[in-house]
Amino acid sequence: MGEVIVVTSGKGGVGKTTTTANVGTGLAMLEKKVVLIDTDIGLRNLDVVMGLENRIVYNLVDVIEGTCRIRNALIKDKRYPNLYLLPSAQTRDKNAVSPEQMKKLAEELKEEFDYILMDCPAGIEQGFKNAIAGADRALVVTTPEVSAVRDADRIIGLLEANEMKQTHLIVNRLRMDMVKRGDMMSSDDVCEILAVDLIGIVPDDENIVISTNQGEPLVGSDSLAGRAYMNIARRITGEEIPFMDLNERNSLFEKLFGKRKKN
Amino acid sequence: MGFADFFKKKGTGSIAKDRLKLVLVSDRAGCSPEIMEQIKNDIIGVISKYIEIDLEGLDIKITQTESETHNGTVPALFANIPIKDLKSSKK
Repeated sequence: MGEVIVVTSGKGGVGKTTTTANVGTGLAMLEKKVVLIDTDIGLRNLDVVMGLENRIVYNLVDVIEGTCRIRNALIKDKRYPNLYLLPSAQTRDKNAVSPEQMKKLAEELKEEFDYILMDCPAGIEQGFKNAIAGADRALVVTTPEVSAVRDADRIIGLLEANEMKQTHLIVNRLRMDMVKRGDMMSSDDVCEILAVDLIGIVPDDENIVISTNQGEPLVGSDSLAGRAYMNIARRITGEEIPFMDLNERNSLFEKLFGKRKKN
Repeated sequence: MGFADFFKKKGTGSIAKDRLKLVLVSDRAGCSPEIMEQIKNDIIGVISKYIEIDLEGLDIKITQTESETHNGTVPALFANIPIKDLKSSKK
């Protein structure tokens, strides 16, 4: 029996889709059978981040409305045969799907997959309600900025009200140079404010932009963000992985480390 | 705290943290500062009927407190109302 995980944030642009793509691909690399569902109806994006935009025939709304069978709508990943994408519909709106229908779909997919990742739209309206309906656990993505943290707090409150069994926090786009000089909240600060357990810290990394340009998630690569996402995937499977030491690294070590990485 | 921190101004990170803590208290309680002000005035009105209170030292706010029933924190109304003259209550 699989597990349904919703990736959500409240605020837009904090990295939900990137997180879904990378954590999902990471789980597939760990030989889990994974399906990623883009629940952002009308604003689909997970397909381009995964580099699968040219293979779409059917979408989530087609499945819900019974136009096609689930297996006909699932797109197999380019690199991992145990990873699938269920793309969103681009020409419909959020009311085309109800929470009950999403729950039913999740239950069906649980039979066949180890992990079902729901990429949630921004906001707290219908799309959010659809995405969380069938979820067993939630990953709340935030960046260390006041607006994103405030929205994350609101989302955490709504998840609690909907009796989400497990909620974990991902602090995305952390800039250690700014944290060190005191101009950015640390992951500990964010965690303390939101009072939710941390499952990952993803440093701000330009490699994310490069990998997204190419439509290939960077999880598992030697980049900082790639390693951070792999760690999150492992933690989801229940492995105990210590957090990457981003805080305590002194500048001399960082210079040495930076040089070594380039060579 | 490092040596260099002595010469640094307070970072904007801690300003962000402090501001967030404040705004989240009213967000979580679903209670705006205006409503807080009304609650405060009503409480003053009720208590003043029986006791003379020190309006200067009065402090009413919504804070987070440890929940007794389940893990985590819950919002609580905190009121610190200094009494000026208790005798007036025993008319």
